[in-house]
Amino acid sequence: MRKLLRFLGNYKKESILGPLFKLLEASFELFVPLVVAGIIDTGIKNQDKNYVLVMGGLLLLLGVIGLICSITAQYFAAKAAVGFGTELRNHLFAHLNRLSYQEIDEAGTATLITRMTSDINQVQSGVNLVLRLFLRSPFIVFGAMIMAFTVNVKVALVFVVTIPVLSIVVFGIMAVSMPLYKTVQARLDRITLATRETLVGVRVIRAFNQQKKEEENFEEENNRLLQLQKVVGRISGLLNPLTYSIINLGLIAVIWVGAKEVNSGVISQGEVVALTNYMSQILVELIKLANLIVTTTKAVACGNRICTVLEMKPSIEEKQTKWLEEQGDSVAVEFRHVSFAYSSMQAEALHDIHFVAKKGQTIGIIGGTGSGKSSVIHLIPRFYDRTSGQVLINGIDVKEYPNDQLREKIGIVPQKAVLFKGTIRDNMKWGKKEATDEEIQKALSIAQAGDFVKENGLDYPIQQGGKNLSGGQRQRLTIARALVKQPEILILDDSSSALDFATDAKLRKAIKEETKGMTVFLVSQRASSIRYADQILVLDDGKMAGIGTHEELLKTCNVYQEICLSQLSKEEVAR
Amino acid sequence: MKRSRLKAHHSSLKRILKFIGVYKIFVLFSLVLAGITVAFTLYMPILIGNTVDHVVGKGLVDFKGLFHIFEKMVVVLLLTALSQWLMNVINNYVTYKVVKDIRTKAFRHLQQLPVGYMDQHPHGDIISRVIADIDQFSDGLLMGFTQLFTGVLTILSTLGFMLYENVTITIVVVLVTPISMLVAAFIAKKTFTMFKAQSEARGELTDLVNEMVGNQKIVKAFGYEKEAEERFVTINEKLKLCSLKATFFSSLTNPATRFVNGLVYAAVAVVGAFSVIQGVLSVGQLTCFLSYANQYTKPFNEISGVVTELQNALASASRVFELMDEQPMPSEEGLSTLEQVEGNISISHVDFSYREDQHLIEDLTVSVKKGQRIAIVGPTGCGKSTMINLLMRFYDPKKGTISIDGVDVASVTKESVRKNFGMVLQETWLKTGTIRENIAYGHEGVTEEEIIEAAKSAHAHSFIMRMPKGYDTIITEDGGNLSGGQKQLLCIARVMLCLPPMLILDEATSSIDTRTEILVQKAFEKMMEGRTSFIVAHRLSTIKEADLILVMKDGKIIEKGTHETLLEQGGFYKTLYESQFAKT
Repeated sequence: MRKLLRFLGNYKKESILGPLFKLLEASFELFVPLVVAGIIDTGIKNQDKNYVLVMGGLLLLLGVIGLICSITAQYFAAKAAVGFGTELRNHLFAHLNRLSYQEIDEAGTATLITRMTSDINQVQSGVNLVLRLFLRSPFIVFGAMIMAFTVNVKVALVFVVTIPVLSIVVFGIMAVSMPLYKTVQARLDRITLATRETLVGVRVIRAFNQQKKEEENFEEENNRLLQLQKVVGRISGLLNPLTYSIINLGLIAVIWVGAKEVNSGVISQGEVVALTNYMSQILVELIKLANLIVTTTKAVACGNRICTVLEMKPSIEEKQTKWLEEQGDSVAVEFRHVSFAYSSMQAEALHDIHFVAKKGQTIGIIGGTGSGKSSVIHLIPRFYDRTSGQVLINGIDVKEYPNDQLREKIGIVPQKAVLFKGTIRDNMKWGKKEATDEEIQKALSIAQAGDFVKENGLDYPIQQGGKNLSGGQRQRLTIARALVKQPEILILDDSSSALDFATDAKLRKAIKEETKGMTVFLVSQRASSIRYADQILVLDDGKMAGIGTHEELLKTCNVYQEICLSQLSKEEVAR
Repeated sequence: MKRSRLKAHHSSLKRILKFIGVYKIFVLFSLVLAGITVAFTLYMPILIGNTVDHVVGKGLVDFKGLFHIFEKMVVVLLLTALSQWLMNVINNYVTYKVVKDIRTKAFRHLQQLPVGYMDQHPHGDIISRVIADIDQFSDGLLMGFTQLFTGVLTILSTLGFMLYENVTITIVVVLVTPISMLVAAFIAKKTFTMFKAQSEARGELTDLVNEMVGNQKIVKAFGYEKEAEERFVTINEKLKLCSLKATFFSSLTNPATRFVNGLVYAAVAVVGAFSVIQGVLSVGQLTCFLSYANQYTKPFNEISGVVTELQNALASASRVFELMDEQPMPSEEGLSTLEQVEGNISISHVDFSYREDQHLIEDLTVSVKKGQRIAIVGPTGCGKSTMINLLMRFYDPKKGTISIDGVDVASVTKESVRKNFGMVLQETWLKTGTIRENIAYGHEGVTEEEIIEAAKSAHAHSFIMRMPKGYDTIITEDGGNLSGGQKQLLCIARVMLCLPPMLILDEATSSIDTRTEILVQKAFEKMMEGRTSFIVAHRLSTIKEADLILVMKDGKIIEKGTHETLLEQGGFYKTLYESQFAKT
């Protein structure tokens, strides 16, 4: 959390002036009981109406000054907090952009989004609140005590006892109930889970006629929550009655000790009134302080979570940013005994992968789930760094390339077809900022999305995530997006799964004919999609089970035969 | 618009009262306690004022009288504390009970709703109604209500006490307080638009974050980082301006109302002192008035907050009621049940569509004999699940009938129809719980041997035994600790436990590794022996062996026949079949 405070750096002035003005306001507030004591002791005693009026005017003046001070304080606090939030947000966003795949995998995107949005908001309002109130409340509590000392030491001793007792009760109840609230939340989460399950599993639940069981289950969870809530309610319900009792007992003590002092002529009646007022002020501020602590702990927790993200270091570093000169080479991509694990803790995802892809070739990659297909292609644009061996593009190790240069060479179509809010044209320009409409149209027609776009135009608005398109349309557009780039290497990561066989076939044909010289990596679960590739890489459990053409592999590779036979009939395999 | 919303609020309120009505006695008791608490709380300043009058000056302190008041004070404070605590406990109890009642009712209602409701409404939305909305409603409504009640009570009784003690000062207080409310209302109105602007800017920013961070890998792959940052900074700058305004102006309420309170306080002090000088008021009464002036204005500030809370609560309540008002499925009382059947299915002249303006299945007639296999094929997204929906009666046809062994399924209970079907879907769903519980799902009282037998037939036994805790392994929420294929095998085992005469199977397209795929295949074969089976098929071998193929496209059944006859026809099926082997 402390690390985050540097984002207040540009708002040093505001962060100091805010609390300062707040303290000023509080000090004026502490004078009020003294003024009232004056009214009683001097004004009333001497029947001096003028004095009363002057003191009334003083009260008004104190109010006006207090108002001005606190508005100033609020302004500075708001400015500092909002500025802090803005800078932190910019910084965190930029930081997220620098992380590499490995860190994103570890943290999970959903988490990162929460950090970016609600966590920062929480911290921001926490900072605002702290700047405004964190000094004020203790200041008034202790200020009231000190003022009591200036009036009378004996009575002030009552304060010295009451304040700790009150603090123990307030913070004690908080300390007991806060962990219980966490358990309440956990039980509520279970209810949420039960609800989600019943929605997601509705077909199975009904197929097995389990609706009644689900209801009973839900009721049980619900009851568990209720029982706990009752306990928590009983404890937290103690706060008000207890503090009320303590403060009034304190008042009795103040009046009793005060009465003795008055009787012996040490203090006046008005001063007793002032002392009771100070006692009442304390209660209000202590409760405020308790609430403030709750909010602050939440904000600090959020802040710490943000810190963890900020502390992540991108695992992939660029060696240089200057673009490299490349010599013409007939080899586009080469893997030299590459092994790879997603983290040092995990088992190897790839082991000793070794192959050469020549320029213009189509390389099919096939294998079961978890066999390492995606891992292979993720190493080419250096989304991850291999653990041993070498990955070369045009004869140069990918680690030598600046990221920009490397990724400019490669067009990738991810497994999940994601498009962004904006027009089709906007989306296509992700590949190439200055792409002309002709270039875009050409890419679209290769991707078999020409008809769709002809119908709707390049300005067709795409909703967030491409919700207004079908799976197949989305997939074709993401393929086009990669083609707009006219990359040297095109990677299709199981990206025709939503296409029917006919379109899939047409797409492969078009890519082959229209993009001469492009090296294509084709990852698929379908034997039919990759069977005509120049080379097929068969993966099994992270190891190479074989490489070669369809015909070669059928003769030599068991895994490949198994896959083909499970998908195609015997005659079709042989055909 | 506003009117109809008011009306909706009104009817929601009535229904809420019905739920609360169950706990009438508690509520009544709580109100009485609130009255007691308020009265005692207000009596305390009077007592303190009295003590002040006993402490006049040197040698003039009436210790005896003082002790007498102290005794009273202790009794009053104990009673106040007790009644306050009881009130808190009762309020909590009623709140949580009502929440539980409504939640249980809402959940029960969900079970009564047709599957179509779950299909058409985002799950997140339904969940937020059942969880967050009901919470919001309990916080706002019940807590708000007690606050409102004690607030109003405090204001009224304070006025009463003050009038009783001194009329002039009371008038002064009454005249000054409305300023406080006016100021608060003015600020609230001003800040509303600013908050709206802020939440719009926030929404825009969240959208961008969702897109860019959610798809960070694509952003990287296309080197879009710089553009993304530029866009982010622009929106963030806009948010900064809106936020500053909203934060600053909304934080003015507090100082402003405090200032007005100060005004009231000063006025009471001056007018009160004058009255004391005139001899119509004692110093003790003046202190009592001063503390009234302090606590009297507080409820006003609280009430304005409570009103917004109440509005939110009502809005939440109507969202919950909206869910509970959804038409449930008609009652099946009195319908007979479908007993053990052979599995002859006849679908005759069935029309079906999900929406009125659609025409998906029209005049479909298919007759299936016991033990036959029907393959449903077509490109992804062509609506193959529609057939499952109709057979399982998740949806009912618009026209025509489906009968099993000559009995119209609409004339018997859904439960009895479903009992005769075994279903394995591609989207595997398992409950959080152990593997054993999941296999035994829907069959209470099965023995361990039966469970293991089912797992063995589904070829799941060996991988289960390889898990660290075997059959006691807990499956996490989304089954993250199992592979897609393993989940599928468990779903098969679940059906294997008690094989019904008819089956609905959904072949996986992907997400299963080759080895498991073969196991699933074998298990499917075993299940289908002698049973009428509908298979959503992706594998050509399955399709070829089917007795009947239904070819679907865009939600419609466009062709039906066997592999050979369909190929001869030379229609869509032929293109589909051949395209898979088109040489590029």
